[in-house]
Amino acid sequence: MKANCWYGKTMLSVEEVPDPQILNQRDAIVKISSTAICGSDLHLYNGFIPTMQRGDILGHEFMGEVVEVGREVTNLRVGDRVVVPFPIACGNCFFCKDELFSLCENSNPNAWMGEKMFGHAAAGIFGYSHLTGGYAGGQAEYARVPFADVGPIKVPDYLSDEQVLFLSDIFPTGYMGAEMCDITPGDTIAIWGCGPVGQFSIRSAFLLGAERVIAIDQVPERLRMAEAGGAETINYEEQNVYEALMEMTGGRGPDACIDDVGMEAHAPGLIFAYDRVKQAMMLETDRPHALREAIMCCRNGGIISVIGVYGGFIDKFPMGSVMNRSLTIKTGQAHVQKYMRPLLQMIENGDIDPTFVITHRMSLDDAPKAFDMFKNKEDNCIKVVLKPDWDGMNGNVKDDSYTVVH
Amino acid sequence: MSTNQETGAFDLGDASLKEHRSSRSGGANYAVERARPGLPSTSAKRLAKGLGWFSIGLGLAELLAPRAIANISGVSNKHTGLIRLYGLREIASGITIFSQNKPTEGVWSRVVGDVLDLTSLGVAATNPDAKLGRVAFATANVLAVTALDVICAMQLSSGSNRGIHAKGACIVNLPPEEVYSFWRDFQNLPRFMRHLDSVVDMGDGRSRWKAKGPAGMEVEWDATIIADVPGEVITWRSLEGSDVDNAGAVRFERATGGRGTIIKVNIEYLPVGGVIGSTIAKLFGEEPEQQLDDDLRRFKQVLEVGEVIVSDATLLGTGYMAQRPGQPASAKELESAEMLPSETATSYRSEGRYTER
Repeated sequence: MKANCWYGKTMLSVEEVPDPQILNQRDAIVKISSTAICGSDLHLYNGFIPTMQRGDILGHEFMGEVVEVGREVTNLRVGDRVVVPFPIACGNCFFCKDELFSLCENSNPNAWMGEKMFGHAAAGIFGYSHLTGGYAGGQAEYARVPFADVGPIKVPDYLSDEQVLFLSDIFPTGYMGAEMCDITPGDTIAIWGCGPVGQFSIRSAFLLGAERVIAIDQVPERLRMAEAGGAETINYEEQNVYEALMEMTGGRGPDACIDDVGMEAHAPGLIFAYDRVKQAMMLETDRPHALREAIMCCRNGGIISVIGVYGGFIDKFPMGSVMNRSLTIKTGQAHVQKYMRPLLQMIENGDIDPTFVITHRMSLDDAPKAFDMFKNKEDNCIKVVLKPDWDGMNGNVKDDSYTVVH
Repeated sequence: MSTNQETGAFDLGDASLKEHRSSRSGGANYAVERARPGLPSTSAKRLAKGLGWFSIGLGLAELLAPRAIANISGVSNKHTGLIRLYGLREIASGITIFSQNKPTEGVWSRVVGDVLDLTSLGVAATNPDAKLGRVAFATANVLAVTALDVICAMQLSSGSNRGIHAKGACIVNLPPEEVYSFWRDFQNLPRFMRHLDSVVDMGDGRSRWKAKGPAGMEVEWDATIIADVPGEVITWRSLEGSDVDNAGAVRFERATGGRGTIIKVNIEYLPVGGVIGSTIAKLFGEEPEQQLDDDLRRFKQVLEVGEVIVSDATLLGTGYMAQRPGQPASAKELESAEMLPSETATSYRSEGRYTER
């Protein structure tokens, strides 16, 4: 089969690799119909996540048709159309029982790596370094899906791939970012980062009852998309974020702040240079500018929700601000399995149409080009969907027209 | 998880190797002897000190009066530079011996020096200027000292390796009775212990174990249960004639709030091939505590999930060296994969079943 393989920093190659097969009895093999590039894939692409190996297949946002099931998979049949959540979770362990699926104790065979790096390991993740298990990813024609009886959900035929694909990651991730804010009516939520996850956080915050959402970024088309979702916006290249937020909230600050940026934050001026230099010299692994700013801006007693991905160590963390002002920090890789059904219900109800975020549809063969485009935000790129059997002209799923929309 | 090779001080109850006396001679028995407390003897240390003074004395003589030394040993006195250099080496060995509480390295450095001396004497004997009688006398003396050095170094080394001790713990989402029963059925152990090939229960608390040793060596031993309290503890010890002398204990403790069972394992064994064997094994990534940790993770998987979970990267094992890329394995690679659920391991079909190749 064809798959998008990683060969080093910004080096990808779509090549022929062996087809996957059932290795554990609760596996299924899925023939992938749609797969997406995640913002967090760029951390791998840019070489910031350790434990990558040449030949690793990328991709953790995918869906398709079940073509084979292991003996123990009784809830799925060959032919079922499913969306696959990015964390791999057994459903049996202490954390799975508590619906903390991204912390599954049994799905990461390389847990020892996590123990060395983080003290404890988190769940396995498709196509996301050996630290998260070393599973082949979903930017391919087929994928082996472990614990297929727990993760994948069947989706109704009348919904297109593009309407349900993002249940695999960015919709639940953005939603969990907002949910961690414990939103009560009247709340103002500030969101750093208007990438795809940020866009879903904006819409989720409103769905969860926020009265105001303020979105922060510097890319014009992303700010426009945020505004389309109902957010007020701050362009950090044009305005001082702290001053703007204080003015908007009468000096109190937002009730909760979401970091939808993570380890590769951009920032104006010297502070970006400072973090970029330290990161290049391996003195810190992550650039936490958005997180620092979110902490300083948040109101007393407020919540900092960190859903953007961090990988290692950060510098100049304003712990004094966190402690003296009774802030709560909540974090985590999304427990996608917990959110898939309720969020699918919202899509079915028409509360949200996730297709709004897509700017580009391309062939799986063009994955390296798509990564480059996404990284450099060329052609106003916000979200790319890859299709293994894309014919370049017309879509093969329902009424989607596979032309670039922007 | 930690190993403690120095003191071996952990509680195995009656199963401790220190109690284990084997009458068999040979490698394993030698290792058991070394496992007894009391070694290294104070006499070895005293001998080391004597050798240290000898080093410094000879070293000073070589450094200050190289011609006299050349004369006594009957070698050509053209090589005073080399003799002075050897003198410095002797002094360094002496200082190393006196600077260490346990001068193992210092004495081994003397052994290396002895070999150098003997080689040099051998070369010197071929020189036409050499007085062969004196060279032979010098060689005999060096040989005698070499023997002392080797004995002393081995005594010191043996005391530092009483066998390997590894301990580990994990928590499983099942009550202690169930976890105990699974472990007590020793035939289950190879399902999660990667190095075990088979365990056969021979009744009467006895069992026969077959395992893969370092470098693919097959090792075998019989074990007997020392203590067995259902739902609480199992301890065992290998019997005489084992390839690998070992003892172990596993405890099952009820976790708080009905959160399953905490399993605590202590294992002590005398590695195949002694010190050298265990060092080589470590070079190949066979770190005992890591091995036990991996085994316990698989134990948890088997109990909670029903089988050992593999990813593309860990088909061949979970160590650094074992990782293969995160992409599907070819049929050929799958053949050599370990820990595959037996049914699928034999039923895989050819590559490219879904796509034309």
